[in-house]
Amino acid sequence: MAFVEFTRNLKRFFPDLEPTEVSADTVAALVAALDQRLPKLASYLVDDQGRLRQHVNIFVDEVMVRDRVGLSDPLTPQSKVFIVQALSGG
Amino acid sequence: MSNRHLLVGTRKGLLHFTLRDGSWQYDHLSFEGIQVPYACFDARNNTLWASVDHGHWGQKLHRSRDQGKTWQELETPKYPETAKRKDEPAALDLIWVIEPGGVDEPNRLYLGTNPGGLFVSDDGGDSFVFNEPLWQHPSREEFWFGAGKDTPGICSIVVNPQNPKHLTLAVSVGGIYTSLDGGLSWEGRNQGIQSEFLPNPAAEYGHDPHFITQCPALPEVLWQQNHCGIYRSTDAGLQWHEVSEKDGVARFGWPICACETNPEVAWVVPARSDMSRVAVDQSLCVARTEDGGKSWQSFRKGLPQSLCFDIVYRHAFDNTYEHLAFGSTTGNLFTSADGGESWASLGHYFPPVYAVRFYQS
Repeated sequence: MAFVEFTRNLKRFFPDLEPTEVSADTVAALVAALDQRLPKLASYLVDDQGRLRQHVNIFVDEVMVRDRVGLSDPLTPQSKVFIVQALSGG
Repeated sequence: MSNRHLLVGTRKGLLHFTLRDGSWQYDHLSFEGIQVPYACFDARNNTLWASVDHGHWGQKLHRSRDQGKTWQELETPKYPETAKRKDEPAALDLIWVIEPGGVDEPNRLYLGTNPGGLFVSDDGGDSFVFNEPLWQHPSREEFWFGAGKDTPGICSIVVNPQNPKHLTLAVSVGGIYTSLDGGLSWEGRNQGIQSEFLPNPAAEYGHDPHFITQCPALPEVLWQQNHCGIYRSTDAGLQWHEVSEKDGVARFGWPICACETNPEVAWVVPARSDMSRVAVDQSLCVARTEDGGKSWQSFRKGLPQSLCFDIVYRHAFDNTYEHLAFGSTTGNLFTSADGGESWASLGHYFPPVYAVRFYQS
């Protein structure tokens, strides 16, 4: 089970969001599984074509995902995933 | 007794005002800190709609049935996988305008989006269908492009109140299109428009309508604030006539308002040409015509007349009978209760204003 944590900024829109464990072998499968638990969460992370939003980053074991289009980066049961937003603007 | 309300979509949220004892009073803020590019009221079912742009987290659509006290986030419309722009999959950038359908089709709703999508709901916004006939129009690939934004967008949707299958919409940049069958087929409606930025200024497509609106009492009368001037049509857009002032200020700008009852009356908020995009002579005015655009009168009472750089975006000006209101890019908000002849400020320190819309409840 991969372990996933989130930027606290997402708590505003998903108050029940907490660090959690997810059974998934790719980042895409992890996002889909999270959306099952918290409907619409995926639409905050990826655009309507499934691509990672420009100012959202997902780190797997402290490495930024390489496939921002298909999110095919593999996960292991020991993976630690961190979902954050880029910082910008006022 | 009905109440008049004012919605103000800004870079930092949606402000609600209500007219009480002759003055506009602030009620509350929705979506604090989040951009609201557009909001409007659907009188058919007492519903408020808001386009909510989170930036990092994407574009959302919200609905409220209690005057903005609570909101429901709806499924965001999706471009189909087959929709491509320059061989790349098209994806939703922005819900730029929201337009309720006709009175006799209470569940129909239109969304105009970037990059150039029209979405149609027939279940009150629970789901949307991408309008393929417009996307497949042969003019799109060659003549639609971005201007102030990176992509072309549908910025105005006009539903004929006498025949809701008669739709007219504006693509910025692309031009005016009309459907007479509720969106099953589309034709250009740009005859008479002259766009100096095009190799052929009188081309059939490729024009930049900043905003179009209609006279509800006589809906074949359309008004257009175009990038290249102000235009009016008396035959639902078959032929446009330029009505810009030759030597006055009424020429360039973004929004335009049409009188509900008198097809000869309209208002604009002039700006300096597209070269600089600032207030004219560092001052603001509202220009009104009462003779179908043959002449314009400028009104300045209550508006800043020095050191002013405000411009007014295309959705940030609205009218309801004698009341008018507009908000500016530098956070000023003005209202008039005498048909635009004099103005009062609701405040000078708002965020940049994207949309101003009246409604009654």
